[in-house]
Amino acid sequence: MKDGYLDMDLLRFTTAGSVDDGKSTLIGRLLYDSKAIFDDQLEAVEKASAKRGTGEVDLSLLTDGLRAEREQGITIDVAYRYFATPKRKFIIADTPGHIQYTRNMVTGASTANLAIILVDARKGIQEQTNRHAFIASLLGIPHVVFCINKMDLVDYDEAVFTRIQRELEDFSSKLEVKDVRYIPISALNGDMVVDRGEKMPWYQGPTLMYLLENVHIAGDHNHIDRRFPVQCVIRPMTTEHHDFRGFAGRVAGGVFRVGDPIQVLPSGFTSSIKGIHIGERAVEEAFAPQSAVITLMDEIDISRGDMLVSPNNLPETSQDVEVMLCWFNERPLQPGGKYALKHTTRDARCMIKEVRYKMDINTLRKAEGDGTIRMNDIGRVQLRTTVPLNTDTYARNRITGSLILIDEGTNETVAAGMIV
Amino acid sequence: MHSYRLTHLKELESESIHILREVYAQFENPALLFSGGKDSIVCFHLARKAFFPSRVPFPLLHVDTGHNFEETIVFRDKLVLEHGAKLIVGSVQESIDQGKVTEETGYYASRNKLQTVTLLDSIEANKIDCAIGGGRRDEEKARAKERVFSHRDEFGQWDPKMQRPELWNLYNGRKRVGEHFRAFPISNWTEMDVWQYILLENIPIPSIYFSHEREVFLRDGVIYANSPFMNLKPEEKPYRMQVRFRTIGDMSCTGAVDSPASTLEEIIAEVASSRVTERGSRQDDKRSEAAMEDRKKEGYF
Repeated sequence: MKDGYLDMDLLRFTTAGSVDDGKSTLIGRLLYDSKAIFDDQLEAVEKASAKRGTGEVDLSLLTDGLRAEREQGITIDVAYRYFATPKRKFIIADTPGHIQYTRNMVTGASTANLAIILVDARKGIQEQTNRHAFIASLLGIPHVVFCINKMDLVDYDEAVFTRIQRELEDFSSKLEVKDVRYIPISALNGDMVVDRGEKMPWYQGPTLMYLLENVHIAGDHNHIDRRFPVQCVIRPMTTEHHDFRGFAGRVAGGVFRVGDPIQVLPSGFTSSIKGIHIGERAVEEAFAPQSAVITLMDEIDISRGDMLVSPNNLPETSQDVEVMLCWFNERPLQPGGKYALKHTTRDARCMIKEVRYKMDINTLRKAEGDGTIRMNDIGRVQLRTTVPLNTDTYARNRITGSLILIDEGTNETVAAGMIV
Repeated sequence: MHSYRLTHLKELESESIHILREVYAQFENPALLFSGGKDSIVCFHLARKAFFPSRVPFPLLHVDTGHNFEETIVFRDKLVLEHGAKLIVGSVQESIDQGKVTEETGYYASRNKLQTVTLLDSIEANKIDCAIGGGRRDEEKARAKERVFSHRDEFGQWDPKMQRPELWNLYNGRKRVGEHFRAFPISNWTEMDVWQYILLENIPIPSIYFSHEREVFLRDGVIYANSPFMNLKPEEKPYRMQVRFRTIGDMSCTGAVDSPASTLEEIIAEVASSRVTERGSRQDDKRSEAAMEDRKKEGYF
């Protein structure tokens, strides 16, 4: 057992689909078949289902954790679910499929390695299928799996699956997802979810669970461009570690090795790495996404918000930042307005310099006419920041390429930005 | 070139360390809620790693119901001494003596709910602007919805519908004067992850997690440790039994499990084959379908 779990890795995935696509049924099945639903949870759900008089056990009650959600029978917030197989541990960000909750989908997608998008075999591609696929692409999820669900309701017909797959391929070719898969499933009966079942001998590809367990995720982190945003300075000032002055942070990109030359941004000073600690252990190297403490050969003024990088591979340093912005707040974006901004460990302020255009996420085209960015809208925006930010494009690095905007009056997080 | 990949435990550890450092950097006066249970012990262990070779730069806050397992208090004091940590104790008994809360009566009397008042008073009295907790999202369905940086208004209340979107690893800890935050560094860990990590890192835990013999009695299918804090019904007869505790809370609401597991390996095997959640034996969660959500809204852990 010890060897088994020491070799497991972690896959984060998000699920998108509307109430009727069978999303809760699919999640319920993954959890149930991997024994992640416990008897007391099932009993509580059975009790709650009976109270509602729905007749059958409603697995969505497992994930709908808030009273308001259960009362209204809808999911209003991202719920995180966990299960494990002997190969991997999984974190599901279960996000609601309603239009008004795009912000939750974006939130769930921001940390995901993989997105499952459910398509009802009877209905084919819906408006929201495109929207989900676009958000997965915009948020840089490396792997997207379209599950053509409810195959049992179309007699497990290969032609139906093939037709939907072709339509999805046409649409997906416009997106920037590296790895797109298609699986015919019946979440209700379990075909091609964990077990293959006997109904679709014509399908030769992997089951959903096989894919989740085996999709290659080690390459999802950037191990090329050295980026180390400094979170805080560690200065013990004890007799034992009198001169210790380490910079704590989480590697956002690349591999840092003892002896490597580094440059500090924004000051531009250079030095080289004297030592690296992970916890109490001195190590030779640290890579994304490890949390580490780095000490340098020279005494340089470095504080929170600064970034250690490789001198011959620098990020973009500028006060003018171009982003795809996803708006979360009821109060629309104010052109010319000022907001607080968080990028890596840097706190700054910014001004909305220009709204270039708003996206019509159903057609993937620029929306004509009205350029007002309201809740759940996505648009391309130019920001002017109070201090220079050290950025990479989001496509290159999801950590150094992302930022959030905060309303300075209410302190609410009002937008997420992907740097282009 | 070798492949740069992390095991799930190392990735979770890295994420938690990042969160703890963000708390330290974004708040003036954070404190780590410490119950002596395994989750808060793991949080403290992670905090030691996060700031090594410095000491953990914030105090531990223990909300003491007075109805503790003695072993937990002994463990707490030893840990504080060994690591030179600062300990703040908020006492529920004091809150009762001051007339701020009223002790529940009857067979099911528990100080669990009273803790909220003591917790909020301690936060205010010590000017704590972020209380770090060992809550995990797999524990309970209301917790599954909570942010890592979770905002509390000036009354200490949680508003689940007004939560800030939390993206990537960017945590928004901005607040007004009088408001505070709760931060949950091990949000994404499961019970199994915690046990595996305790084994992997060889982290000491209180002895009552391991199988031992003690006097117990049965109530509503739950095995409770007999103690002066419990009000037994006439038909409830205490007897001795080999048990261990899967979670540690207040004595009046924590059930034991019938278990021979006396090593971490045996506990892990037992957790892996268990068909009930660890909170299945917690009386405090069973009061209603939304018991945890309701307590959380008032300011509970």
